[in-house]
Amino acid sequence: MLCNICNKNPATVHLTEIIDGQMSELHICEECARKKSQAMEQQFGLSDLLAGMADFDKPKNETAAVASLVKCPSCALTYADFKKIGRLGCGECYNTFKKYLGPLLKRIHGSTQHTGKFPLKAEKVLKKMMNIQELRIRLNKAIESEAFEEAAKIRDQIKGLEKKEPGKKE
Amino acid sequence: MELKDLLNHASEWLKGSGPNSDIVISSRIRLARNLSGVPFPHWAGKKQGEDTLNKIREDFSRIDCLKKATFFELAKMDSIDKQLLVERHLMSLDHAQKTNSKAVVIDGEEIVSIMINEEDHIRTQVMQSGFNLYEAWNIINKIDEAIAKELNFAFLSDWGFLTACPTNAGTGMRGSVMLHLPALVMSRAIDRVLAAIAKLSFTTRGLYGEGTQAMGNFFQISNQISLGPSEDEIIESINGLIRQIIEQENQARDVLFSKNSPLLEDRINRSFGILRSARIITSQETTELLSMVRLGCDLGMVKDIDRRRINELFIITQPAHLQKLEGKKLSAQERDIKRAQIIREKLNIQ
Repeated sequence: MLCNICNKNPATVHLTEIIDGQMSELHICEECARKKSQAMEQQFGLSDLLAGMADFDKPKNETAAVASLVKCPSCALTYADFKKIGRLGCGECYNTFKKYLGPLLKRIHGSTQHTGKFPLKAEKVLKKMMNIQELRIRLNKAIESEAFEEAAKIRDQIKGLEKKEPGKKE
Repeated sequence: MELKDLLNHASEWLKGSGPNSDIVISSRIRLARNLSGVPFPHWAGKKQGEDTLNKIREDFSRIDCLKKATFFELAKMDSIDKQLLVERHLMSLDHAQKTNSKAVVIDGEEIVSIMINEEDHIRTQVMQSGFNLYEAWNIINKIDEAIAKELNFAFLSDWGFLTACPTNAGTGMRGSVMLHLPALVMSRAIDRVLAAIAKLSFTTRGLYGEGTQAMGNFFQISNQISLGPSEDEIIESINGLIRQIIEQENQARDVLFSKNSPLLEDRINRSFGILRSARIITSQETTELLSMVRLGCDLGMVKDIDRRRINELFIITQPAHLQKLEGKKLSAQERDIKRAQIIREKLNIQ
């Protein structure tokens, strides 16, 4: 049998396509099959796949239209843009679309908790936050036991730590 | 470093040494990082893209471990030079095709390369010869830490490093191992192996990464999941899988060697013969034949050629390399002639 597409080479690849419920068979040669599979890959890229998945993941009581209108305050990308291109606009988008992205990340990675490394700076910030939290607990205890001198000291420590605080550029 | 210097030496990852280097060509780790508060490259305007490039360039100049690396701005390079870097696995094809506000930073030994403004602001990769992901991780981790001292990365404590595509979020890490599996292909067991890999959420690609076909029995296997497991856990899971594939390939080689030795020897020597005498040869045929000769080296059937020379031939017979060696643009047919000539020179050693 000759290839259905080029009618030159022998057909060695047999393809069954189902389009709109209509089944058709195609017998083609290797070269045409390669061309066809490239065309199919281009038609259906990763972003399409992500976009399709993104649709599943909106909360149930929200319409797709509402979700699409949510816009990142930092870079102006909308959720509709994300669905179209499969890429986010900036780091802040992850906060903006948090409730939609959580289920999507879970679907992609099977997890939504990072356990790998932290960037040095974030690690410092995190440690500082934990220190502050610890100090607050000690402050409350000091106040409860009416050790006001001790409490004042702790309060100053917390203030000192909060001054050099996260988010602001050094 | 100038690009023509690259032609005269084989990249570190092509040395053909390191653990299991008969089956594993190279191990690679890449980390995706983005600047906090700056739009991702695809979403940034022209001016924003240029600003990001300039900022990263300036900040990199303060990093000791990058002082000896060369900064190539893509807008200033011609297409053959860009293609040359793609062929040497120092940047992606995608990066080479869109040049606005893009750059690549490469160290002299070609172990480290950093793409700037690709899909993410910073994509660092480290390559090692043989089966050696941990060594690659040790090197890249130090570089990543040095960069993090200069730049603020987009990061959330629960979702890790934030990337343009959510498939890379978390560690931002992809570990890949390039394997040469001729015996699994010849014994037709490869489909079974590839199907099993896909089920375990790993991906298989061809010699040149995303969207390329497996050619000449080369397969690149990498992790798909980047959020959840730690970097060490990801490396360990890839290592576990690769160890199994190596074992399968070794078994298939044993069977071929013991049961079909004359047939195998015939195929390997015919391949060697064609490569040593052809006057016109395409890049696909070259890759397929070199694959057989490489197997011959591994099995001790080809004695007077070392693996490093064969590895090097895979790269210097690629189109941009041939044109760079010739010093001018060549048509497809001219390339096929030049390719055959270079192979003859490299393989006919008395």
